[in-house]
Amino acid sequence: METQRKDHHSWRKFKSALISGLTFCSAVLVIAPLGLVFFYVLKSGVGAVNLEFFTQLPKPVGVAGGGMANAIVGTLELLAFASIIGIPVGVLGGVFLAEYGTARVNAVLRFIADVLNGVPSIIWGVVVYGLIVLRFKSFSAYAGGLALGLIMIPLILRTTEEVILLVPVGYREAALALGIARWKTIVQIVVKTASRGIITGILLALARVGGETAPLLFTAFGNRFWNHDLSEPIAALPLQIFTYAISPYDDWHRQAWAGALVLVTGVFCVNVLVRIVTRVRTASA
Amino acid sequence: MSAVTVEEADAIHPAQARMSPPSRFGDKAFYWLTLSMAFTVVLLVILIGWQLGQGSWQAIQKFGFHFVATSTWDPVAEQYGALPFIYGTAISSLIALLIAVPLSIATAVYLTELAPLWIRQPIVSLIEMLAAIPSVILGLWGIFVMIPWLRDYPFAFLKRTLGWTPFFSGPIYGPCMLAGGIIVAIMILPIITSVSREILRSVPDLQREAAYALGATRWEVTRIAVLSYARKGLFGAVVLGLGRALGETMAVTMVIGNTPQIAASLFKPGYTLASVIANEFTEATTDMYLQALFEIGLVLFGVTILVNLLAQLLLKTITAGAAPDRVQ
Repeated sequence: METQRKDHHSWRKFKSALISGLTFCSAVLVIAPLGLVFFYVLKSGVGAVNLEFFTQLPKPVGVAGGGMANAIVGTLELLAFASIIGIPVGVLGGVFLAEYGTARVNAVLRFIADVLNGVPSIIWGVVVYGLIVLRFKSFSAYAGGLALGLIMIPLILRTTEEVILLVPVGYREAALALGIARWKTIVQIVVKTASRGIITGILLALARVGGETAPLLFTAFGNRFWNHDLSEPIAALPLQIFTYAISPYDDWHRQAWAGALVLVTGVFCVNVLVRIVTRVRTASA
Repeated sequence: MSAVTVEEADAIHPAQARMSPPSRFGDKAFYWLTLSMAFTVVLLVILIGWQLGQGSWQAIQKFGFHFVATSTWDPVAEQYGALPFIYGTAISSLIALLIAVPLSIATAVYLTELAPLWIRQPIVSLIEMLAAIPSVILGLWGIFVMIPWLRDYPFAFLKRTLGWTPFFSGPIYGPCMLAGGIIVAIMILPIITSVSREILRSVPDLQREAAYALGATRWEVTRIAVLSYARKGLFGAVVLGLGRALGETMAVTMVIGNTPQIAASLFKPGYTLASVIANEFTEATTDMYLQALFEIGLVLFGVTILVNLLAQLLLKTITAGAAPDRVQ
């Protein structure tokens, strides 16, 4: 009897340890793709990234060399244009949710923003195509930037609201007690206090849309040359990687890996930077 | 600063001395400005629905229900049946869930209940990094690394052992439904893991303490006190993952083979709603072709909205009554 209970107990302990081991293996499997993707992007991309890659236009098939200078600049231009739309709308909307909205209105708006975050990015491309490209009869940098900007809105709105809610109520009360108008209190005290968190949210949103390809396929469209007019098609790094990846040419595959390395480095740098900044903040808080 | 003398104060007419009330204009303007920005999200949902509906109106009228019930996709003959894409989206998402759900939930359990404290944050950060990899890069890796490896080892093994079933029969090309499902699984692992982790963290510690007090082992505590309590929320996390899986575009497009067919074998190429839009949109030469693609967008939007609504409802009921986050 006694030994049986002991056996049973050790079996339970063993089972617990076994499942700990299994869940640990799952965690390893979940992270494995990150390591594998990073390893191969580094291995295949590092040989093809050189000065030429950052300064030259793409070369035609069969001509060695060439770069993606236009695509890198194009992505930055698209992000700038997207920021003009996404940042003000997202930040001010987030301010409304945190400072003015009633509980019920906020619940609805938050709900809708979360649902919007789940809309496939290709749908944004189709919508902006109907809205801009069909109307003006041309693919354009404007259309691409708009698509990315619209995706940024719900992302920034949610993070802004969250960080503004972290600002202690006392700050607002102190400012209002001094007779400062409410909007000035919000802009100069509350938003300023939360600014680091808001910027973090903005950077993460930029890193996210900077890698988006689907919404650009039929808005920005891509361009093998420099874009001199924002109402013309424009190249973007993810688009260029896609075009090269599905092409049958080895030269282009090499360029695709190089582009992937540059894009991944950019995205990861932003993410690591943000992580360090937020860690410093939480440590000092 | 010198004080105002009595004479000076007297000299000011009482009407002048009364300060005008502070202007309310700034407050009002700022209120309405932020309000209009916040309500943009409502406008965006309407904009998407309206634009997709308007773009596909003629196709909806012309094909009616046949659009989602027939399986011939032949733009030249003006025949548009979206069934192969619906099938491809459903099957690739199903494969993705079968792979990703057990792995993600097990990882979330490990991270909240079983792992040593020092290892938790690094793993969480790595999973967030995985979520940050752009879809197109995962697709590039899928084409040149994952597919050749899958073809040589796991697929060959599946064919040897399960080749007699209809699911793993026929030749192995490389790009196929199974490869598409696997890449989608990788894409949705991070979101299911991180949402599940939040859910598990919101389980009150009292639950755990009660189970420990009864002499339960770590796993028993997790099973009895945590998982049964969090079941609904975990289901919400899975549904949220499904929503992402349905709309995943670039990586799937690059590995699924892009052939509109309904085949039992998972080694056969397939096509999804999102990838047909990605591939054929700029090639749509006739109005009706474009209309049909808009309607595919409408179907995709409708389905993802419903799935996301369900997910949010499941998750809301959990977090609404949740205790504040535990300190790790």
